[in-house]
Amino acid sequence: MTLHTLNKTPHESNALQDCLAALSDGDALLLIENGVYCAMPAHAELFTRLPGGVQCYLLQADVQARGLSDLNPEFRGIDYDDFVTLSCRYEKVVSWF
Amino acid sequence: MIFSLVITGAPYSTQCADTALRFARSVLQQGHTLHRVFFYADGVHSGSALASPPQDEFNIPQAWAELASEYQLDLVVCIAAAVRRGVLDSNEARRYEKDGHNLAGDFTLSGLGQLVEAGIVSDRVVTFGA
Amino acid sequence: MSEQKKSFLIINRCAPYGSSNARDALDVALTVSVFEQPLSLLFLDDGVLQLLPNHNPADIAQKNLSANLAMLEMYDIDQIFVCEKALQQRGLTSESLGLKARTLNATEIADLIKKHDQVLSF
Repeated sequence: MTLHTLNKTPHESNALQDCLAALSDGDALLLIENGVYCAMPAHAELFTRLPGGVQCYLLQADVQARGLSDLNPEFRGIDYDDFVTLSCRYEKVVSWF
Repeated sequence: MIFSLVITGAPYSTQCADTALRFARSVLQQGHTLHRVFFYADGVHSGSALASPPQDEFNIPQAWAELASEYQLDLVVCIAAAVRRGVLDSNEARRYEKDGHNLAGDFTLSGLGQLVEAGIVSDRVVTFGA
Repeated sequence: MSEQKKSFLIINRCAPYGSSNARDALDVALTVSVFEQPLSLLFLDDGVLQLLPNHNPADIAQKNLSANLAMLEMYDIDQIFVCEKALQQRGLTSESLGLKARTLNATEIADLIKKHDQVLSF
């Protein structure tokens, strides 16, 4: 199982689309940097058909930096320590940028 | 667990050098091994000793150097990517007959073999791209 | 060389020449192969444009990427995959490409990622 990190907004590049297409059952998705904008409610539809058991996270420091709130509740806020813990829990980390 | 990091984005132009640094700190604080940090493409600028950000901004090369001296890190800057972009150590400055060199002391220039070796011996390779 | 083996997947998502990503990825691919590690290359998104034939970058002072990609064969790198959808979106087919590559759908791409140890993206 894989931890996917994504650091682009949905409109910045095709990274989000490529990443979503590459998810397998049981993978995790972590939004970092500009990727946290993907959790804005307007994009919620994109995350309604994820493969089974995919956990969604976002880096809280990047959310706070950008003044975002009321984000998609599918995403759980985490810190850098959690990011490392997730990197250990999943077998590999794939970065989408 | 053994980690290696790959950084391909330039410091200051992109956030990824900063994200990587914070991730590296967490890796080390949790007692994991950080086998190597490999700076590739525009990431090589993180190794410039001449970076002089304003006092109230984060000095990325210096932050890496501090982390390196605390934890004996292997900070490797891709030699081919670096010399093209004007990041040189004293040997390369001599080879290319340049007046100065600017690779920060805690970094070394080496080849892509160091990236591949890191991939072979590390449990996790995490890329921070731009 | 190391006794250990790790399988590497290199993902290419950028068009050639406009940025250094394509060349950077190719240099890593050749190095992985020197270390005799299992290697696959996956072309997604604009990365499929790297595989179009007839490059001639002489007038933009760059090295010919397709000539370098042709070296992959010499290095016995034959696990080359392209995203079917990325080709379609750009009006291409695998026959339009300058080198032999297997087309994959989304499920097959997810499976390809699953079966490699280290994934490097460019």
